[in-house]
Amino acid sequence: MKHIVKILSLLVAISAFWIGLLQAAIVPRSHTWLLPIYFVVSLGCYGLLMVGIGLMQFPTCPQEAVLLQQDIAEAKDFFKHKGVDVGSD
Amino acid sequence: MAEEKERKGEKKYKYSVIVPTYNERLNIALIVYLIFKHLRDVDFEIIVVDDGSPDGTQEIVKQLQDLYGEDRILLRARAKKLGLGTAYIHGLKHATGDFVVIMDADLSHHPKYLPSFIKKQLETNASIVTGTRYVKGGGVHGWNLMRKLTSRGANVLAQTLLWPGVFDLTGSFRLYKKSVLEDVISSCVSKGYVFQMEMIVRATRKGYHIEEVPITFVDRVFGTSKLGGSEIVEYLKGLVYLLLTT
Repeated sequence: MKHIVKILSLLVAISAFWIGLLQAAIVPRSHTWLLPIYFVVSLGCYGLLMVGIGLMQFPTCPQEAVLLQQDIAEAKDFFKHKGVDVGSD
Repeated sequence: MAEEKERKGEKKYKYSVIVPTYNERLNIALIVYLIFKHLRDVDFEIIVVDDGSPDGTQEIVKQLQDLYGEDRILLRARAKKLGLGTAYIHGLKHATGDFVVIMDADLSHHPKYLPSFIKKQLETNASIVTGTRYVKGGGVHGWNLMRKLTSRGANVLAQTLLWPGVFDLTGSFRLYKKSVLEDVISSCVSKGYVFQMEMIVRATRKGYHIEEVPITFVDRVFGTSKLGGSEIVEYLKGLVYLLLTT
C-alpha cells in the first residue's frame, strides 16, 4: 500500500471519530468543533519540541576534525615519494 | 580460489566502493589512502566515477592506479556533470563486488567507518547499512547553529511525513547488497540529496532490512562546497514527491 494511502486512511479514521463525537455529543459540541485545531496545534508543538530537543542533543565531534587533519598529513606524507601529486591547489 | 575459501570454512566477500567525484583533485588521493589503510584484510575495489573534472582529478586517479593497481582502482569517467544518481548507476555497472559502498570523495565520510559497516552487515545480514550522524557515537563537525537547525527541522518533518524507519535520511554513506542497490536505484528518479532520501524510503517500502551505524561527519575540509541556495524549496518538493509516490 502506498504510504499516502496509509496517511489518508489515518486522517479519515480520525475524522470519522471526530464526526462521531460531534453527533454523540458526549463532549459539549463547542469543544468538539475546536478539536481539529487543538490537534493541529499540538502536532505543531510536538514538532517544534522534537526540533528543539534534537538541536540541544545534536551530537558534535570537534575531535574528529583534529583526527582528520592528522590523517591528511599521514596520507600526504605517504604519497610524497610515490609519484602521486598531493600539493595544494 | 573458491575451493580454498570453502576449505577454510569462511565466505569472503568482495566490496565495491563507488566514489563519485567532481573537482576532487586533492581529496581523491587522501581518500584512497584511507580506504586502503582501513580495509587491510578486505577484498575490495574502488570505482571512481569522475564527471569530467576540469581540475585534473583523473590524472591523480591514474597516478593512484599506477601505485595501487588498476584492478583495485577503477576509473570510470563520464564526459560531464551528470548527477549523483546516474553516477551510482554508472559505477554499479562496473562493480564486481557482492556489496557496494557509496561514499563522498570530500572526506566528510571517513573510511575508518568502513569496517563497522561491514561488521554490522555480517552480523545482521542486513540488505542495507546506512551511516547515521544523529545518534550517540556519531556526530557532525563544522555546522553552525542555522545549519543544525535546518537539518534537524528537515529531519523531523521527514520523519513525521514519511515514517522512514531510519534516523538519518539524507546521509549518503551507505553499504548495500549489490542486488538490493540495483533494485532500489532502478525505481528512483530524484536528483541531489532528495535522491538519497528516495533510496532509503523506497528500500523501506520494499521491506528491505536496513541497519544503521554511527558515523561522524566533518564538513568540507578541502574543495569547494557544491550545495546551492534553493535547497529548502527543493527539499520540500522532494518530500511531497516522496509522500505521494512511495
